[in-house]
Amino acid sequence: METLLLISVFVIATCGLVYELIAGTMASYLLGDSVTQFSTVIGSYLFAMGIGAWLSKHISRNLVAVFIQVELLIGLFGGASAILLFAAFEHVASFRLLLYTVVTIIGVLVGLEIPLLMRILKDRFEFKDLVSRIFTFDYVGALVASLLFPLILVPRLGLVQSALLFGILNILVALLTLHLFSREIPWVRLMRGTAFGLLIAMTLAFAYSERLVSFSESSVYPDPILYARSSPYQRIVLTKSEHDLRLYLNGNLQFSSRDEYRYHEGLVHPGLAAVHNPRDVLVLGGGDGLALREILKYPSVQTITLVDLDAEMTRLFSTQPVLTQLNGGSLSSPKVKIISQDAFIWLRNNRRHFDFIAADFPDPSNYSIGKLYTTSFFRLVHDALAPDGVFVVQCTSPLIARKSFWCINRTLQEERFFTAPYHVYVPSFGEWGFIIGTTHPYMQPEQFPSGLRFMSLDTAQNIFHFPDDMKMVETEVNRLTNQALVRYFESEWGGYAH
Amino acid sequence: MKLTRREFLAASATLAAGAAVCGFASHPPPRRFTGKILGAGAKTGHLLRDGGIPPPSLNDRTGVVIVGGGIAGLAAARAMKQRGFDDFQILELEEQAGGNSTSGRNAVSSYPWGAHYVPLANPENRDLLKLFEELGVITGHDAAGLPVYDEYFLCADPHERLYIHGRWQEGLVPQVGTTSRDQEQYRDFFSTMENYRRAKGRDGRPAFAIPLDTSSHDPEFIQLDSISMEEFLRQHGWDSEPLRWYVNYCCRDDYGATMGETSAWAGVHYFASRRGLAANANSQTVVTWPEGNGWIVNRFRQTVDAHVRPSCLAANIEQDGRGVLVDYYDVVKKQTVRVTARAVIFCAPRFVAAKVIRDLREKSGTADAFTYSPWAVANITLKSRPAGRGADLSWDNVMYSSDSLGYVLATNQSLESHPHEAVITWYQPLSDKPPREARMDALATSYDTWANRVVRDLERAHPGIAEEIMQLDVWLWGHGMIRPTPGFIWGKARQDALKPSGNVFFAHSDTSGISIFEEAYARGIAAAKQVLDHLKHS
Repeated sequence: METLLLISVFVIATCGLVYELIAGTMASYLLGDSVTQFSTVIGSYLFAMGIGAWLSKHISRNLVAVFIQVELLIGLFGGASAILLFAAFEHVASFRLLLYTVVTIIGVLVGLEIPLLMRILKDRFEFKDLVSRIFTFDYVGALVASLLFPLILVPRLGLVQSALLFGILNILVALLTLHLFSREIPWVRLMRGTAFGLLIAMTLAFAYSERLVSFSESSVYPDPILYARSSPYQRIVLTKSEHDLRLYLNGNLQFSSRDEYRYHEGLVHPGLAAVHNPRDVLVLGGGDGLALREILKYPSVQTITLVDLDAEMTRLFSTQPVLTQLNGGSLSSPKVKIISQDAFIWLRNNRRHFDFIAADFPDPSNYSIGKLYTTSFFRLVHDALAPDGVFVVQCTSPLIARKSFWCINRTLQEERFFTAPYHVYVPSFGEWGFIIGTTHPYMQPEQFPSGLRFMSLDTAQNIFHFPDDMKMVETEVNRLTNQALVRYFESEWGGYAH
Repeated sequence: MKLTRREFLAASATLAAGAAVCGFASHPPPRRFTGKILGAGAKTGHLLRDGGIPPPSLNDRTGVVIVGGGIAGLAAARAMKQRGFDDFQILELEEQAGGNSTSGRNAVSSYPWGAHYVPLANPENRDLLKLFEELGVITGHDAAGLPVYDEYFLCADPHERLYIHGRWQEGLVPQVGTTSRDQEQYRDFFSTMENYRRAKGRDGRPAFAIPLDTSSHDPEFIQLDSISMEEFLRQHGWDSEPLRWYVNYCCRDDYGATMGETSAWAGVHYFASRRGLAANANSQTVVTWPEGNGWIVNRFRQTVDAHVRPSCLAANIEQDGRGVLVDYYDVVKKQTVRVTARAVIFCAPRFVAAKVIRDLREKSGTADAFTYSPWAVANITLKSRPAGRGADLSWDNVMYSSDSLGYVLATNQSLESHPHEAVITWYQPLSDKPPREARMDALATSYDTWANRVVRDLERAHPGIAEEIMQLDVWLWGHGMIRPTPGFIWGKARQDALKPSGNVFFAHSDTSGISIFEEAYARGIAAAKQVLDHLKHS
């Protein structure tokens, strides 16, 4: 019996540390700045444990029963902690409150555990043995937890299932204690019923947690999933590792925070810096606000209209701290007007003219998206350009999808654009292509805004040069009636997991 | 556990018997869908056959009465109006004009109830080119003089796919599972069609033209009208099953008749008459809209809708001295009006003419050679786009093993980059029985039965589609299309039907023998010109 109880100490110690690590990890994923988050979470957790320890002296009767109830509560709160925090991620205003509430509740309960157990066991051991054994098992449990967590739990199970697994262990400890002390405690049946109920609920949640946070996706993505949700238009997945935040739409990488500046500086500056005194800018797609961040570096720009179909994207990128840190809160700029509408349909009804238009759509991997790269669409863009305006469009990889890239170029030329194709190297994407379209021959900028990390006059000298393996090839014009681009794209990217 | 064949059969029999007792195997429970059968025409039309039309109680007078507000009638009306003549009325049986080009609309999309595309205009079809320019379908010409079509009206890619052997392939000519012999016959067949497409007769006219009366009269080509398309294939030794399927599909698609019932001249006409060119599309591209040819109808109606008398059934037409008396029954007001007109353009089918026009009624058999295929059309509004294994959802989606013609995606022209809902238009020519029998069956069948029939057909390629259905409406066309049976197009009956009867001129596309927009339009404007010339001289 004593041995079993000491094993319980080991288990609950492991559980206690795992919950703490989960809370710390969630906080650093969701709020950024991992040093601060870990530090404050650990601090408040230990403090709450202190409260628990202090409270334990007020419990004088039915020690075992209270211990069992504490275990059940830890199992419930700890087990559900990750689910709760993930769910709260969408309502960021209340996220911190919930985080520290959860941390405090679990901390207080965990703080009660050891003192209660010590008092339960005090007559079975000598004091020096009791202290020695309990703390030995406690610290060994902590070591095991701290090793298990990064090496096995997070990579294999993810946060949600790890939390549930340890919730189940807590409940098993409660059941074990119930079994050992069944004669000494009141309401055994009630507690046993509750324990089994919780056990079943937790086990079910563990089995179905894939559905809860789409856990099955985690095997698809290299990094832990921070956020996964299907908007009416697409599957939005954010993943986070220590140094990297990534956005995937329908499984396709949209950016990696480590090198997105190369992509977005490349998208915006060669075109926008070539416009004299730009005032009105239109961004099509680009709901992540990263192109906006670059555009806002031009003080002459007075209005930016962002047309992105998915309101969920713009909401996410204008409210999430980790994301607004990345885009500099660009979506909340008073210059920015967000329109949640299909770009093609919006542009067909548009009568305004813009000095700079950037199209940052997903790659033309299906017929619906392919329409955004057709003569019909580019004609609407042409009509919306101010007389000296500049248009730029992201054009997939000219290295991997050479025909696709030059097909977009050919299609722009068909609609009377002067084109200036260029490419930049974005490590997480590879060699990436863009095409500038203008109504007069394009002149390279004479200066770029200050504070850029990648684009410069020197860099701009090279980006318009295409080595032999990316040189122009003859292609068809992409039209609504032939969708030549989607066919090129499919054959060229078909060999890659895209 | 491994079952022997005997055990398996025994077990299956037990299961089947059990299921039959429970009533599942033989009669799957009919599922309920939201929708109805549309088209009041048949019921109203049968008043003619069954009596019950009161004698005239009102008199009216007009210049020209146009009977029938389909494409021919609307085109005639619009042409007269363009020539400055607007003393005319259009009598329309249905609640709104449109005929086979009628369309509907709901929150998701507009959709066609029949005709849903027009091929690019042939260079010699001046009238159609002019119409396309007037409607903005053609927006200009390139340096070489080729018409530039508005790309929003050109059928968006992907165009066609075929469900065959459990997956969708691109294009309608079966490829999956075909042998080299099939491929050889395909090549032969299509090169023969291409030769006909380029061929000119000894009279210098194209062998197969649109409108078809401008085709060559060279017997070398005309003689094809005396045999069926099936016989034509047999004479060429083309016995490949997928080729026969494809040609039969084309005959059913265009004429609502099997290849055994279709004249070879008509069958070849489909492949050999289209020579349309565009600066910005290949010649196989078609012009289409979500509402199908209803788009053209709606444009025509903008000009002439004030002249349309909806829900009005022409009951009797007879010569009266130098004019014509037209009695029509107003279904809504339940009264018969007698209109005295100077002329009539008759734009309803011949079988109606034979009942309504006194001179024809008195000569019997004037419509005997005219046979019509009944059609069932369903519009189905879906919560999600029907996908399936293989080729992507296309404009025209056909199933190899089905009696239906599959479905056309009404929302194909949508510009949305993340489309969700869809409206599909499902077509089936009822060509498995003689027309009269099939027509009576169709009209006697309930909505629930039709809806289940449609869904079961779609489930061949889209299991579970029933769950996606928001609305399913059915339109039954008792006399959907004239059938170009052997001998009909170049025979005497059609020639006779083209001749005016006194001051009554004929313009319905059944006088062409094939039911296509170009024929109806050409007939309509030709009749308008004929009538205005006639009025000027009389």
